[in-house]
Amino acid sequence: MAFAIQFVIDVLSLGGAYALMALGLVIIYGILRLVNFAYGELIMVAGYTMYLSSGSGLPWLVMATLAVGMAVLFGILTDYAAFRPVRAKSVTAVLITSFAFSNLLQNAALLFISPRPRNVPLPEIFSQTISIGGAITPVRNLITIAASIVLLAGVAFLMRKTTLGIAMRAAATNFTMARMLGVPANLIISSAFALSGFLAGVVGILWIGRIGTVVPGVGLEPLLVAFIATVIGGMRSLPGAVVGGFLLALIDTTLNYTLSQDLLKFRDAFTFSLVILILLWRPQGLIKGPASGQRT
Amino acid sequence: MLDVTDLSVSYGTIRAVRGISFTVGKGELVSLLGANGAGKSSTIKCIAGALKAAGGSIALEGKDITAANPEQVIRAGLATVPETRDVFPDLTVAENLMLGAYIHRRDQAGNRQNLEKLHTLFPRLAERSGQAAGTLSGGEQQMLVIARALMARPSVLLLDEPSLGLAPAIVERIFEMIATLKQSGLTILLVEQNVNQALSVADRAYVMRLGAIVASGTADEIRSGSDLSAHYLGG
Repeated sequence: MAFAIQFVIDVLSLGGAYALMALGLVIIYGILRLVNFAYGELIMVAGYTMYLSSGSGLPWLVMATLAVGMAVLFGILTDYAAFRPVRAKSVTAVLITSFAFSNLLQNAALLFISPRPRNVPLPEIFSQTISIGGAITPVRNLITIAASIVLLAGVAFLMRKTTLGIAMRAAATNFTMARMLGVPANLIISSAFALSGFLAGVVGILWIGRIGTVVPGVGLEPLLVAFIATVIGGMRSLPGAVVGGFLLALIDTTLNYTLSQDLLKFRDAFTFSLVILILLWRPQGLIKGPASGQRT
Repeated sequence: MLDVTDLSVSYGTIRAVRGISFTVGKGELVSLLGANGAGKSSTIKCIAGALKAAGGSIALEGKDITAANPEQVIRAGLATVPETRDVFPDLTVAENLMLGAYIHRRDQAGNRQNLEKLHTLFPRLAERSGQAAGTLSGGEQQMLVIARALMARPSVLLLDEPSLGLAPAIVERIFEMIATLKQSGLTILLVEQNVNQALSVADRAYVMRLGAIVASGTADEIRSGSDLSAHYLGG
């Protein structure tokens, strides 16, 4: 029983984080049909904001809010720096500019802060453990689960019940038609980047909370995870991103539990093999996104 | 109301529209006729702001909208129903209509009133309100797209090939509805390949061929004009 509880908590907390990461990536992809390769750096920005504000004596929640705010700001900045100037020209151009922006931010962190890990302030509760039905688990896993539930519900509400969200879904299927109804293109795109930055910021704090330190390359793994989760779930579908995130977490956690010590270091190879199998079975991803739509 | 002067549209080096001029007066229903590839849809897209003009000008109620982008054109009071019948398939009928009123989103009372009016005009849409738009039939989708355009309360409505790919009985209904809209005082520019249907509701018409206007006049004049069929048959 304790084992089962432990397993479920592990899957849900990892899956929640993966799902949020994937959602942040797919929101941009759905509207622009472009992968934002600078997405991982938003997580890095959140981490370094925490590190830089650690000496300020501010309450932790204020620092965390500041970190999320900076991720939002850099999300919008990504649009202005890497996407907007070349958006109309070519996919290749944006691919390169978003890589360049990612590199720029990473190197700025290397140069101005340090290549070495920096400590991120974390509240005591992040390192505490709790026993539930005999299973001992870090409290931060439960915080991650709670945060993912709140955020996933929040995003669902935004996308289904608000005019902005419905306009974003419409723009994701047919951008030109949405504009013909008076939906301003730039507002929609900036909102998508802001929302993506918000998710990256929150997930960044939770993610970095597992290790307690931030390095310039901290965003690489989340970007990869988000990318794989969206590919499994379906690149164009928001529910798909969430499903993909949880499925990937289920695979990872199962392998963590079942692989022997010797094989554990090859876990990613097993994960990716399974991902390939899933894609052979469903090349479109598990959930197909909106039918039509060309790149805008 | 809508004045197009010497308008040209190009795709790269290909000129799809070669300096055409026409006007649509207030409350008038003017039809733009022509075979496939005559440049009708390019003209519409250009007026709607989805394509840039290579030359000439477009004015709406005296205001120049030649360089306006799509979101500015709808705000100026011109709504477009594209030929591709672009419903948002994953959104419900109600959400589609709500987005039609995007530019009036602060006036919810006015939108509700307008929606009620449209629901009496299109009872089918009221019945299917909660259904995903992609599950509607072609005719219903066409009605939804027209109703969605009307949610913007435009002063001019551009209809691009509303009969395209629909069964004759449904085409009949769509044209009845266009006649109703005209009676309500709406200014309409109707692009059609279906000449007889278009002329049955239009006040005046222009005939396009190979990117130029080759004939114009009242609906009766065009109908009796001996050269019309020649333009269609390419003679």
